[in-house]
Amino acid sequence: MQPPPSLQHWFDARGWQIHPHQQAMLDRAQEPALLLIAPTGGGKTLAGFLPTLAELGAKPPPGLHTIYVSPLKALAADIKRNLRLPVTEAGLDIRIEDRTGDTSSHVKRRQRADPPHILLTTPESLALLTSYEDAPRIFAGVQRVVVDEIHALAESKRGDQLMLALARLSTLCPGLRRVGLSATVDDPAAIARLLARHPGTCAILTADPGPDPDIQMLVTEQAPPWSGGGAAYAIPAVLEQVRQHKTTLIFHNTRAQAEIFFHNLWLANEDSLPIGIHHGSLDRAQREKVEAAMVAGQLRAIVCTGSLDLGIDWGDVDLVIQVGAPKNVKRLVQRIGRANHRYNAPSKALLVPANRFEVVECVAALDAVKAHDLDGDPRGPGPRDVLCQHILIAACAGPFDADQLYAEMTSAGAYAALTRPQFDDCLQFCATGGYALRAYDRWQRLLQRDDGLWQLRDPRSATRIRQNIGTIQDTDTLKVKWRGRGGGNLGEVEESFAASLTKGDTFLIGGQIVRYEGLRDLVVEVSRDPGKKPKIATFMGTKFATSTQLSARIVNMFQQDSWPDLPPHTAQWLALQRRVSRLPEPGRLLIESFPHDGRQQLVVYGFAGRNAMQTLGLLLTKRMEEMGLAPMGFVASDYATLIWGLDAVTDPRPLFDLDALEAGLDGWLAGNAVMKRTFRASATIAGLIERNLGGQRKSGRQATMSSDILYDTLLKYDPDHLLMQITREEAMRGLVDFARIREMAARVGDRIDHVTLERISPLSAPLFLEPGRVPVRGSADERLLADEVARLMDDSGLSQVDTPG
Amino acid sequence: MSYAFTFHDAPLFALPSGALHWPDRDLLVVSDLHFGKSARAARHGGAALPPYETRETLLRLETDLDTTQARHVLCLGDSFDAPDIGAALPEEEQLWITRLQAGRGWTWIEGNHDPGPMNLGGSHLAQLTLGPLTFRHIATDTGRGEVSGHYHPKARLALRGRSLSRPCFLLDEHRLILPAYGAYTGGLFTQSAPLATLMQPKAQAILTGPTPCAIPMPR
Repeated sequence: MQPPPSLQHWFDARGWQIHPHQQAMLDRAQEPALLLIAPTGGGKTLAGFLPTLAELGAKPPPGLHTIYVSPLKALAADIKRNLRLPVTEAGLDIRIEDRTGDTSSHVKRRQRADPPHILLTTPESLALLTSYEDAPRIFAGVQRVVVDEIHALAESKRGDQLMLALARLSTLCPGLRRVGLSATVDDPAAIARLLARHPGTCAILTADPGPDPDIQMLVTEQAPPWSGGGAAYAIPAVLEQVRQHKTTLIFHNTRAQAEIFFHNLWLANEDSLPIGIHHGSLDRAQREKVEAAMVAGQLRAIVCTGSLDLGIDWGDVDLVIQVGAPKNVKRLVQRIGRANHRYNAPSKALLVPANRFEVVECVAALDAVKAHDLDGDPRGPGPRDVLCQHILIAACAGPFDADQLYAEMTSAGAYAALTRPQFDDCLQFCATGGYALRAYDRWQRLLQRDDGLWQLRDPRSATRIRQNIGTIQDTDTLKVKWRGRGGGNLGEVEESFAASLTKGDTFLIGGQIVRYEGLRDLVVEVSRDPGKKPKIATFMGTKFATSTQLSARIVNMFQQDSWPDLPPHTAQWLALQRRVSRLPEPGRLLIESFPHDGRQQLVVYGFAGRNAMQTLGLLLTKRMEEMGLAPMGFVASDYATLIWGLDAVTDPRPLFDLDALEAGLDGWLAGNAVMKRTFRASATIAGLIERNLGGQRKSGRQATMSSDILYDTLLKYDPDHLLMQITREEAMRGLVDFARIREMAARVGDRIDHVTLERISPLSAPLFLEPGRVPVRGSADERLLADEVARLMDDSGLSQVDTPG
Repeated sequence: MSYAFTFHDAPLFALPSGALHWPDRDLLVVSDLHFGKSARAARHGGAALPPYETRETLLRLETDLDTTQARHVLCLGDSFDAPDIGAALPEEEQLWITRLQAGRGWTWIEGNHDPGPMNLGGSHLAQLTLGPLTFRHIATDTGRGEVSGHYHPKARLALRGRSLSRPCFLLDEHRLILPAYGAYTGGLFTQSAPLATLMQPKAQAILTGPTPCAIPMPR
């Protein structure tokens, strides 16, 4: 197959030549499912669209031909821009429109009545489209669906949701062909299984990976600090790199780090180089302004987070800088590909470690990139909370037959192994709540009619179900606005951060320092502040885990007598750790305890990966609570667990009594915060908790309280309830089972090295900045509360007075 | 463990659960039970909440009755989440209520969720005065020695860098407001306008929880 002649002409005029993998996509356009693996910058998206343009030709008949799904709204908008240009200039009569959460309601209505030839959308918007009664008419005649950046979707429930929506589309249009576009990944076959319509298969087409990237660690005169994530020390060197290149992308792992770095960069920017900031917490209008300036080539650098990870075309980027350890080799390789969009030219990238530990991580990551050692963890079967949501979505579209729906859903790769009883449990949950106590059957949500089909009891509930479609569990955020009527939007901060603010506090958002004025109708109101030193915004952004493979490389590096590959400052830091404490060794377990920040700290260097270290944190704090050590919380990284509490641990050995830990396992599911967090996410996806009610979002705090209480009553009265099963499955998936701890304990045996220090150790410092701190609610609360009550009563003089009356 | 205090010469005890005990009158007072909350949610076509909140609340009440051995129970309004929801409760739960009522004086005060009498035993009143104290569902501006519920008050405290919130009693010279006793009942922070304006400047909050204790009402 060939592109339409006028389009070929347009390409020829630009001296553009088709890549071999793009031609292969045209030649294999009839495959029912096809996965293209190509490096970033390899013209993937065009490869996905060429068959559509060839099939539609110059004068296509009306009707939807191709649905394009991307993980980002911005990407859909970008593709629309980039695709419309050649199509219009080649005189092709092809309508291309996007449909996302940002699309206005009248455009959405028109699209349902008169769909374009190519619809660009997101998994959530597509799921919503399939929930309409007229879905069969909207999708009539669709030929192709193109899933862009499928590697990113495959890592989350958004991918599971998308595949269930595709299963529905394939029912409506049996001839539908599927195409997936993926960056380089460790296991292409896993993504192909996800995309295939089972029992059918999905072919894989691999493009030439291109030359190895040119990647190095940024050399600075000043050493990175012992801890911290700001990388302020590197500002002059980074500015120098920006000067030497046309356009630089400066990636950060969290939004807060991006904000702080941008602020510092701007303070040091004496040449007034045009530099912008872009992250997911910023207001849409602000983001769009930066995107437009970027596309127009007006910016020399852009400070950004994962919101720019995916394939938006940012024009002539010639350098990527990664600030902070990359955490994950696969993601690093994909980010590096952002630089230099010329196929077959090496991308140029620099790593900037934010602290000494990250220097070690960066060197380990560089080694892994050179060795083409990509990391990845396999995902288990499709989660059933997403399945429950899709049963409700199916009910919104109209009465359904349970047998047919089961057959449809098991055609999605992740659900191919779903048994009929498992499906029936989900159907029962959607219909009645699925409780052991069949209390309110006459008000069930779905009813089975006399003809055997299932339908909504109350058709009006379709609106509520549609409002709650989606699987993204954002941390609850509040909008930030300038104070005053009609004050402009600045962006969003986490609710917990907003709760910690008192009037007059200052923080950074969108590169500006603002002053907190108050909270009104769930909006944080701020005013301008002329100060230079903000109270730092701690909103988190995405949390990345260092991959297990990378962690293993790090612990091996510790064993060297000296570290010639590391910069002197980092080698000295490791030597210092070796001197004041010890370095972790394979086959032994290093534990440090020391006071810090008014608490007693315990650090366990298990190097068992974040999930196992998190499990260990849960079990150890439970043991400490039993032993009266008043633990207050813990945080886990890939290499260590940090526990803080009111009392010091003098001998950690009894804590690691494997039998006692294992005995605690049964109880650990019960009351801990991680389980409640997991339950809350699954209960929201499965439709038990409604986040959106009549367009009004419940505040996260309200949602938290009620989900915790629901969890507690289910645990007490109905512990085998479907949602409790899902929560346990999810926790096992997210937290990893006890096997990893047992394996670590077996490996370590009694070889525990306990070091008591007077102050924080060099190696533990980065842990204090790790996001995802888990509070432990126990005796520490009561002790702190007693102190606070005494203080308040003394302050107010009430302790001297009898009760009023 | 409970918190002892005096209100209009009546010696009272705030229990960890949020119930109020008046031993001199052999009386246990609970407010805002909201029986049948999940039934009401289901009837309105929303998600089916776990239908266990009524037994959770009953279990709490039974425990407090066992502990205090009170001969009289006064429910301070919003005992049921909707006027006719009592009849919709599973038979087992209705029987449980009847069992708790056996051998005890039982008074239902009307609330905004459940005005008028319902088909369960006990007397139904708009309000009740016992000695120095008047019991009604919603506090009035002019109330003296008034015990009420309705607001589901909750206090939030910052404890050395961590925040803790607990349902609480509110107490000033004239009025005492009880926390919500029922499961699945949210709360209103003491800082919110209705509570901040209703309560006098020197009001105290008595926190529920393992060790009830009094603090100045957070504003």
